[in-house]
Amino acid sequence: MSAAAAVEAVHRPVLEMRHISKTFGPVRALQDVSLTVNAGELHALMGENGAGKSTLMKVLSGAYRPDAGGEILIDGVPVATGDPIKARTHGIAVIYQELSLAPNLTVAQNIFLGREPRRFGVVDRELCNRRATEIIERLGVSFPARALVSSLSLGERQLVEIARALSTSARIIVMDEPTTSLTSRETDRLFEVIATLKAQGIAIIYISHRMEEVYQLADRVSVLRDSGYVGTLERADLNASRLVSMMVGRDLSAFYKKDHRPPDEKRRVALSVRGMSDGRLLKDCSFDLYHGEVLALAGLVGSGRTELARLIFGADRRTAGTLELDGAAVAIASPRQALDAGIAYLTEDRKELGLFLDMSVADNINVGVLSRDSRAAGFRDFSAADRRAAKAIADLSIRTKSAQANAGSLSGGNQQKVLLARLLETEPRVVILDEPTRGVDVGAKSEIYRLIDSLANKGIAVLMISSELPEVIGVADRVLVMRAGAIVGEVAASGVAPLSQEAIMELATGAVRQ
Amino acid sequence: MTDKAMTATATDQAAVRSRRLRTVFAALGMLPVLVLLAVAFQLINPRFLTGTNLLIVTQQSSINIVLAAGMTFVILTGGIDLSVGSILAASAMVAVLVSLVPDIGMLGIPAAIAVGLGFGVINGLLVAYIRLPPFIVTLGSLTAVRGIARLLGEDTTVFNSDLPFDFIGNGSLLGIPWLVIIALTVVVLSWLVLKRTVLGTWIYAVGGNAEAARLTGIKVPLVLLFVYGVSGLLAGLGGVMSAARLYAANGLQLGQSYELDAIAAVILGGTSFVGGVGSIWGTLIGGLIIAVLSNGLILAGVSDIWQYIIKGLVIIVAVALDRYRLQAGART
Repeated sequence: MSAAAAVEAVHRPVLEMRHISKTFGPVRALQDVSLTVNAGELHALMGENGAGKSTLMKVLSGAYRPDAGGEILIDGVPVATGDPIKARTHGIAVIYQELSLAPNLTVAQNIFLGREPRRFGVVDRELCNRRATEIIERLGVSFPARALVSSLSLGERQLVEIARALSTSARIIVMDEPTTSLTSRETDRLFEVIATLKAQGIAIIYISHRMEEVYQLADRVSVLRDSGYVGTLERADLNASRLVSMMVGRDLSAFYKKDHRPPDEKRRVALSVRGMSDGRLLKDCSFDLYHGEVLALAGLVGSGRTELARLIFGADRRTAGTLELDGAAVAIASPRQALDAGIAYLTEDRKELGLFLDMSVADNINVGVLSRDSRAAGFRDFSAADRRAAKAIADLSIRTKSAQANAGSLSGGNQQKVLLARLLETEPRVVILDEPTRGVDVGAKSEIYRLIDSLANKGIAVLMISSELPEVIGVADRVLVMRAGAIVGEVAASGVAPLSQEAIMELATGAVRQ
Repeated sequence: MTDKAMTATATDQAAVRSRRLRTVFAALGMLPVLVLLAVAFQLINPRFLTGTNLLIVTQQSSINIVLAAGMTFVILTGGIDLSVGSILAASAMVAVLVSLVPDIGMLGIPAAIAVGLGFGVINGLLVAYIRLPPFIVTLGSLTAVRGIARLLGEDTTVFNSDLPFDFIGNGSLLGIPWLVIIALTVVVLSWLVLKRTVLGTWIYAVGGNAEAARLTGIKVPLVLLFVYGVSGLLAGLGGVMSAARLYAANGLQLGQSYELDAIAAVILGGTSFVGGVGSIWGTLIGGLIIAVLSNGLILAGVSDIWQYIIKGLVIIVAVALDRYRLQAGART
């Protein structure tokens, strides 16, 4: 049918987002971003972590209201913003990475959840199943409408989400990293469905970090960077190095310069990681970390950096892999064992996994080393604990009303320093820092960088995970890049030339193959 | 430099003091309710605030306070122990049965406490190592241990009119009933463990954020095993107290729904149901509120049926007020 129809549909803009800005308090999440999407096109949206892609899509879906001056046009007509229900009636559907299906219900029930066809006020099961079957057939896939969602694979569940979008007569479907958890066969199936949707004149906004997918699918690619719009490339102009430079191109001169000597030729291996796998995402990860070195683990969100760090720390179960610490094999199956061996880990999620918000700053600093203050019958030596807390508060210049204030009352940067203080009290030989400056103000950031420098100068081995490339370039001596659960390459400074952002980004997105 | 350090210490001390003050207020959050209730009952019946009656009130509250102390440990970790009433019944049976053995009757006390500890440890093992939800584990042991309590006496009431440790239930030391002395001792020991020991800090940490506690290197399962063990042990002690008071024990009736009063005392005391926040002093006050209500309503001549309704409403209203007060405090 629709070769002709599709051609006709192209170049007719179905969606225009104009001058969209969004601020959260002092934070500018989007700055004057405009985006035009045509019917029947697949429009890829690319950019680093935190570039503003998700915020833009939340504005589109009505989850956020844009700042004054921004407008959204559907078929050339301005529509209300900041209203998820209206957005849906205008034909906008978003398929998120975390699927939102009820696994205990059938495919048909999920498709019509909250909009069940009724007869005499009672859900009409038959009609429900019949219509669901029609939609599923339209997608050209094969699973029964009566199947329980829990019996479907992840890829099939995604197709159910798409079917749900179609059942609301969606004309603009946003897919946020849809292939992240799919097998290659499921990915192929998804791509076939995407082709079918395009032929039916549906516009698809496709968020992806994977260069090869964008090459294969995209009619046009728009790039966001640092909350702003950078530009749009037509399919004919697609070019990996150009895309990468659009994504990263920023001036580094103002950024942090590291202040520790990289380890020299006589460097000693501190931690040797071999063949780490978790049976899910991580595949055979191996690397060496040297004393006095800051090694960064770069990669896109979902590439497995945190998973690898948690595996090394014994927080999750591994299916394969060995660790050597200073040349001796160590068995680590729990965080306790890792800490005893001298490996410490700073979590990326300090509120959920790090701090005890209802406990005092002093207790938060001491909680990892309480046994050291244990006197007869397990009674705590509070004066030792108070001394330790006071010293840590002074050393890291933690700004708090008092050591007895609740940790929850501190600012993000100071909370992070409390966690760092707790970690340092364990006197580690290897320190793993997962996004150490996330949600931290500029002042605290540079203090944390200086702390990392001083750790390296003391000969401590530092493994740092960071999603901010300038931070990686500014602080690390060497960078390992992860993609899809594997370490895909290493970027090191050569001579006086600094680490290359472009090289890291190319590895992370798969623009070049090792 | 030194100057600066000095001021820092001074403000620090001021902050410590104001924090202590706030902790005291938080712990005493329900004290005004207790005082108000006492005044109200005194106005209704002048016999309420007499020495004799207050001794009766504290005596009646003592077993519940002992159970509630154990419950405080458990709820501070974010758990729940529904089995304490049944464990109390089984332990009381053991206490009376052992007391009947000639010459070694006094061994009824350690035997009962050991039985309570044993059941608590089983609860703890299931929660900590098999990772079953505490509600379900202790709901199961509520039923199973009740059955065991009945089995112990072949479903009859066991008596010992010559109970060797009857002083616990009916004797006094310097005019203070032993039941009250035991309850207060349990409260003070609990306070020491919770606020003064390493283990106590671990308990608050596990309740505040179990995953963070694990990543900090705290052995979370051991902490859980400990709190359920304590709850069982104190239920066993409650069994001794109960047997000593009655010279008898009955596997079917003894301790029925005691767990609910214990939970009510903990919640009235301001301990958070999700764990990590709370104090044993609050539990003491919560236990006293429940006892004052029961006693005062009887003295006021309120019928048994209405006592239930009023007690239930007071629990809900008191906790609602507390919630409101805390939110108001958080805003300032």
